[in-house]
Amino acid sequence: MQRREFLLGASMAALLNACGQPAGFSSKPPLPPGTLTEPARLLGHRLRQKDFPAPTETRRVAVVIAGGGIGGLSASWRLQHAGCDDFLLLEMESSVGGNSRAGSNAVAPYPLGAHYLPLPPPEARAVRRLLRELNVLKPDGQYDEAYLCHAPQERLYRDGYWHDGLLPSLGLGASERAEHARFHDQIAELRSTRDHAGRRPFALPMALSSREAAWRATDRSNFRDWLLQNGYTSPALHWLADYACRDDYGTRAAETSAWAGLHYFSCREGEGQVLTTPGGNAWLTDGLKQGLKQGMEGTRSAQLQADAVLWRVTETRHQVACDVYLAAENRSIRILARELIWAAPLFLIPHVFVPPRPEWLAALAGIEYAPWVVVNLTLSAPPETRAGVPLAWDNVLYDSPALGYVVATHQQLRYAPAPTVITWYRALHEESVRSPATPLLQMDRAAWAEAALRDLERAHPEIRQTATRIDVHRHAHAMIRPRPGSLWDGRREVFTRNHGRVRFAHADVSGFSLFEEANHRGVLAAERTLTRLGVSFNTFL
Amino acid sequence: MHAPLLVSVFIVASCGLAYELIAGALASYLLGDSVTQFSTIIGTYLFAMGIGSWLSRHIGGDLLRRFIQIELLVGLLGGISAGLLFLLFTLHAGPFGLMLYGLVMLIGILVGLEIPLIMRILKGEVAFKDLVAQVLSFDYIGALAVSLLFPLVLAPHLGLVRSALLFGLLNALVAAWALMLFRTRIGNVRGLQVQCAAVIAALVIGFALAGRFVSLAEANLYAEDIVHAESSPYQRIVVTRWRDETRLYLNHNLQFSSRDEYRYHEALVHPGLAALPGARRVLVLGGGDGMAVREILKYPQVEHITLVDLDPRMTEIFRTSPLLRPLNGDALHSPKLTIVTADALQWLEASSEQFDFVVADFPDPSSHGLGKLYSTAFYRLLAQHVSATGMIVVQATSPMYARESFWTVVTTLEAAGWQTAPYHALVPSFGEWGYIIAGHRGYQMPKTVPVPTRFVTPDALPALFHFPADMARVPAEPNRLDNQNLVRVFEREWGRLQGH
Ligand SMILES: Cc1cc2nc3c(=O)[nH]c(=O)nc-3n(C[C@H](O)[C@H](O)[C@H](O)COP(=O)(O)OP(=O)(O)OC[C@H]3O[C@@H](n4cnc5c(N)ncnc54)[C@H](O)[C@@H]3O)c2cc1C
Repeated sequence: MQRREFLLGASMAALLNACGQPAGFSSKPPLPPGTLTEPARLLGHRLRQKDFPAPTETRRVAVVIAGGGIGGLSASWRLQHAGCDDFLLLEMESSVGGNSRAGSNAVAPYPLGAHYLPLPPPEARAVRRLLRELNVLKPDGQYDEAYLCHAPQERLYRDGYWHDGLLPSLGLGASERAEHARFHDQIAELRSTRDHAGRRPFALPMALSSREAAWRATDRSNFRDWLLQNGYTSPALHWLADYACRDDYGTRAAETSAWAGLHYFSCREGEGQVLTTPGGNAWLTDGLKQGLKQGMEGTRSAQLQADAVLWRVTETRHQVACDVYLAAENRSIRILARELIWAAPLFLIPHVFVPPRPEWLAALAGIEYAPWVVVNLTLSAPPETRAGVPLAWDNVLYDSPALGYVVATHQQLRYAPAPTVITWYRALHEESVRSPATPLLQMDRAAWAEAALRDLERAHPEIRQTATRIDVHRHAHAMIRPRPGSLWDGRREVFTRNHGRVRFAHADVSGFSLFEEANHRGVLAAERTLTRLGVSFNTFL
Repeated sequence: MHAPLLVSVFIVASCGLAYELIAGALASYLLGDSVTQFSTIIGTYLFAMGIGSWLSRHIGGDLLRRFIQIELLVGLLGGISAGLLFLLFTLHAGPFGLMLYGLVMLIGILVGLEIPLIMRILKGEVAFKDLVAQVLSFDYIGALAVSLLFPLVLAPHLGLVRSALLFGLLNALVAAWALMLFRTRIGNVRGLQVQCAAVIAALVIGFALAGRFVSLAEANLYAEDIVHAESSPYQRIVVTRWRDETRLYLNHNLQFSSRDEYRYHEALVHPGLAALPGARRVLVLGGGDGMAVREILKYPQVEHITLVDLDPRMTEIFRTSPLLRPLNGDALHSPKLTIVTADALQWLEASSEQFDFVVADFPDPSSHGLGKLYSTAFYRLLAQHVSATGMIVVQATSPMYARESFWTVVTTLEAAGWQTAPYHALVPSFGEWGYIIAGHRGYQMPKTVPVPTRFVTPDALPALFHFPADMARVPAEPNRLDNQNLVRVFEREWGRLQGH
């Protein structure tokens, strides 16, 4: 009966009051200030129209890298390590990082997108090399404590109570528990399985996965069906699977390739430890761009040019002509390159390449992106825990279309409660940017701020009182969706090949968006480019 | 006819919620850790109410009569609940947790019986859908009334013991009222009348005497007079005095007793500092009471002391209170001292200062926040602030009562690259207490203690570094920020003790 919940709520409110909290959560304070940011949306529209001034100057460079996300930065990192410095990285935004950028205010830096990197498996060799280079992975195999997510790592809010971990620990029947144990065992087995070629069924980077048909066949069904076909009916487990797909892929489990779902659970080892910082994955962006010479007017040797949109590519037998709009100067230049690494999202290809190859267009048909909204709330005090385990880094709400929030100050070395920034994530899993109507994406800052507050105040009734800023980051083409069939029906693999002078290096090439995939694609494209340029190297992969 | 019963629903619901809140508040007051206490008490209570509702089907016969009796029983038990628990706690009469949850269960079951019974009584008179609507809304309104009244009016003005008695009285009055209204429908009214009168009388007398009782019981809890009590943003600070003994409690945990704090603070400072004749600059982390500073000031070669404490109220009270200043010998007024109000971790991260001796005197690692102050990361950070020949000393809970916790701290220091010298001292107020000296190099026990001491004398030193078998080293895992295993170990070890 509801009497129970009411009593619980009422007594919790009483407890809060008794603890000296301002009484009366009913009075709604006005929405705190903040901004709405959105990755160059207008530029995107201009791209489609090719609405840019004609080039007024021509430059030459051996390699152009288009897009300064993790893919493009990994490519430049790889080229530099081979002593190939004759390249130019073009980034349309005023700073590099793409989905792995951070914002910052007086309280803390905070993520605008990617916020963690799970400890990489042995197969992710380039990632491990980068981590060693940044001295986060120490020579003795230990990770730097400052980057390892501090305990407690994650918790789940369900029925008014914060549970330890992401599977509710209370209120489960014996049969549900048994099912979880069986799932756990099956995943453990997938992790230790190797095919006759010594490959994991689901590897990270995904390109190293088993090529056996039986494993790849799972791509044809959706993850929810796969669970049901394997006798998994536990609501908590289905919730976890759905949450995982929304969190990593921006899709419901029922619309996600089962291959991707199984990949999520089995591609890594260990107990799910992750590396994180207040600014999310921005430290990896910074690490990758360390050696780049920044672009400044007139300096020909610059390796990075920000506020630069690559808007037209024409390939000839001897070179690739790249027309680039420099926003700060409001003019275009033409860069003649021997090689092009395309590290921007794949959906832009038809708008930029003249003409696009027919096999690309065919492969792009059916490609779909998940829009995301990321809301950063600056709070005068950490969110309060009314019942259950204490505040963790990742805090997930069970009955919510959103994905919960991470705490930017969690990794800070302090022991007393202090102001903080929390980052609330919402994948618009119900919408696709292919469909013309995307009402959620149209919602403005106030509407998203209100949506975040309403979601969070169920667990934190004080949140309206403590929020001092709410910044909204909205991104239509945030990540590619691994829909059933999209990974191994042959189309995606078109972009993994060499195409004359052009190679593709975005996470989109893997069919789902992860740091490790973007890094792998970037390094691979760079190494193939090195081969074509006749530069010798030992592979990072 | 049913209006009076709905009024009783309102009262009954108020009382039901009140007992739950009172038990929760009392448990967090006595045992600390309010979130856990509240949620487990509420959980138990709700569960018990469920049992009560379920059991109500077995109640038959004269429902009105049963209802009145249950009301009386709830009134009596609920009414005396707070006083009884208080008394049991202060008398150390058996396992407190068991008694607390037993009583909560019992009251919860009885309260759970009430609403189903009322609904069955009213069933004949009202259509079912109205019945449910009316009973439940009065139920909710009653709960709401108390949830507002309790924290704002009752708890602060009446106190827990008297609030409980008041609600008990309300329950009993509902019983008496129902008896009056329905006397024609109930058999053997006489017997019930006597029961009502007895319960009401008992509760009224209890209420009248409660003031005396509470001061008796609270005096039992603190066993002394409270001379200062305040809540800073960080903690509850209580100073008590009895005869010539002054005590400091933070969040109800004893920090020191003036009778034997010299033992604690001499042991904290002298084994380390006496071995560092060249120490010029000293850092004290925590320890806003100034006692450690008092000991350090005995060394004339120490030129400067920095004291970093989170809570400005602590240093303020110990700088200004006429009662407390003599205890630290006015140490907090020393011209050699700089007081910094800051989070020690944040301060260390931002500062580049170096020290010859550092005292880390933090509260025990009872939460994830405090656990960070005992982590490999913290000790690595600290290492950057200690000169090549310098030393640190860490208070590290009791190697006797929390043996694995103590050795976990030793292991953690070692994992962070320190050479350690663990030792212990008997402080009667605390029992056996543990400390760890650590340095970039090994520790050499000093031959002399060049300053006046009462407890740490040269001949007493070797015994401090000897660990008898019952406190000897046990294997432990370093406490890293990503596992915080010390918090779990500590909770297990002290939890076991508190379940006495
Ligand atoms: C909200 C959110 C949370 C995420 N969380 C995580 C996480 O926790 N962990 C994780 O591993 N992954 C996460 N991801 C996935 C994330 O996308 C990848 O980790 C990675 O950042 C992808 O890098 P990329 O280089 O493939 O793509 P992008 O980040 O998309 O980079 C593409 C870059 O190209 C630029 N560009 C586009 N068009 C042009 C043009 N015409 N000219 C020049 N430049 C252009 C863009 O501005 C952008 O900087 C998250 C993604 C989102 C959206």
